[in-house]
Amino acid sequence: MAIKKSARQRIGVTIVAWVVAFLIFFPILWTFITSFKSELDAIAMPPKFLFFHWTLENYIEVEQRSNYLKFAFNSVVLSIGANLLGLIIAVPAAWSMAFAPGKRTKDLLMWMLSTKMMPAVGVLVPIYLVFRTLHLLDSLIGIGIVLMLLNLPLLIWMLYTYFKEIPNDILEAARMDGASLFNEIVYVLTPMAVPGIASTMLLAIILSWNEAFWTLNLTTSNAAPLTQFIASYSAPEGFFWAKLSAASTLAIAPILILGWFSQKQLVRGLTFGAVK
Amino acid sequence: MGSIQLKDVRKAFGAVSIINGINLNIENGEFAVFVGPSGCGKSTLLRLIAGLEDVTSGQVLIDAKDMTNVGPAQRGLAMVFQSYALYPHMSVRGNIAFALKMAGQKADVIEQKVRKAATTLNLTDYLDRKPRQLSGGQRQRVAIGRAIVREPKAFLFDEPLSNLDAALRVQMRVEIGELHEALKTTMIYVTHDQVEAMTMADKIVVLDRGSVAQVGSPLELYNKPNGLFVAGFIGSPTMNLIKGASAAKRGAETIGIRPEHADISTTAGEWPATVRLAEHLGSDTFVHAEAEGVGPFTLRLEGEAPLAPGQKIFITPREAHLHRFDKDGKRIN
Repeated sequence: MAIKKSARQRIGVTIVAWVVAFLIFFPILWTFITSFKSELDAIAMPPKFLFFHWTLENYIEVEQRSNYLKFAFNSVVLSIGANLLGLIIAVPAAWSMAFAPGKRTKDLLMWMLSTKMMPAVGVLVPIYLVFRTLHLLDSLIGIGIVLMLLNLPLLIWMLYTYFKEIPNDILEAARMDGASLFNEIVYVLTPMAVPGIASTMLLAIILSWNEAFWTLNLTTSNAAPLTQFIASYSAPEGFFWAKLSAASTLAIAPILILGWFSQKQLVRGLTFGAVK
Repeated sequence: MGSIQLKDVRKAFGAVSIINGINLNIENGEFAVFVGPSGCGKSTLLRLIAGLEDVTSGQVLIDAKDMTNVGPAQRGLAMVFQSYALYPHMSVRGNIAFALKMAGQKADVIEQKVRKAATTLNLTDYLDRKPRQLSGGQRQRVAIGRAIVREPKAFLFDEPLSNLDAALRVQMRVEIGELHEALKTTMIYVTHDQVEAMTMADKIVVLDRGSVAQVGSPLELYNKPNGLFVAGFIGSPTMNLIKGASAAKRGAETIGIRPEHADISTTAGEWPATVRLAEHLGSDTFVHAEAEGVGPFTLRLEGEAPLAPGQKIFITPREAHLHRFDKDGKRIN
């Protein structure tokens, strides 16, 4: 029997949902509004919400002072490139864990996840030194590898849960049909897992796009993504809130738009396996 | 050619033994059915033949060649799964062509073979559809089509009809039978449904807890079950198995009487009984009775029998059709 809710309960729940959603969204909204203020309005007390002189001068200055497109290009290359590379490693890894598990598969999965529990700063110095020796500092390849490794446990975990949902019969049928392991993965498993792979990639791309710790520490200009672009507006001259907000808005806009259009995939990706 | 021979095949998962040393010969062109209750190891045995599971010990010979350590694709066998296991992202054409593509055949040869298989199975109009746009019966035909294009040495069917409704099951049963007639290829068919086994098989292999209970033609198993397990498993409704004085009088521990092998009378007979339920099927009547000193007894009477619950009857077994079993459950001849 369906649970019946009274109209009052429904209204109550709706209000609570909107309030929570608004609280979560508020920082982004405030950043967006601030980006159209003058520096004076930006720090005015009490804060000005909508009634101030709207201006585009921050955007104009940000555009003149730094090369947005170059940072944005690096962000796109890094977040997509790193995760494509990760996918090439994660698909076979997840395959073997889902379809040919050994005694230690579960331990291995837990161990991989446990690497995410370690604070990144703990390995900053050794990685920095390794990168310096190998001349990987401020290179797209260097930071790309780090971003790939950061997401690899997540990629493998998510793909593993997707692959677990694929009936073994179908892969066995492919084996009977004479498919080699490579063909089985390329022609049967991967196409069937496309929705899962897509939402995994989407989440991983968002995480890489927003990754700040490693990109700020291992890049300066050549390979610097949008996180560096934002950071460049905070440190030297003190805080210029309006310009910082304009830079932030520019930095998050592409990923926000991507996220908005792929909401369905994202939600499916995050709840997959929980509901059949 | 497609003869299959099993030599002392064993399979254990860890300490649990699933198949306890099976020896079996399946001749070229034979329709063999593995039948048994769920958990008897019939599907595992099929998977061992297919190469999808590795044997723990023993040998699997195909056309007298040892294939024990050969991968599933190289054994030259085709399998039809219970769940059909179609590739959901491929069209019917893609599904049927997949094995040929994997074998590296030329596009025009593939197309020709796919067309031929589709014609055989009445799938020509559906070649461009995806599996999800097909009915259960059509999906099963695609699964069979995928198997026949490979021109395998033998077909392996793993409970292929159990996902279909009753009417379709009968129809597909006939189609598979006709296919066997047309192709004359060896077929091994796993089912828990003894009606399927009886109607389709040249040879039935009854499995009981990982061992072969009896091998024989359907009528051999029906007329001469070698033990209590086969006697109770083959035949529907099941054979009446009676212990006690009536059995001892006939020099057996247990006697078995098929429901159609007993006479009924309202005046006199060996066992007085009370009708509990009469099932009227039109062509037959199944009478479930409680016989004094014997227990529950099922009778099958031809046509309509005007019996009602509570009615007193007498049952007399036909001695010529009586099966006798010793205290180990073995048949006494």
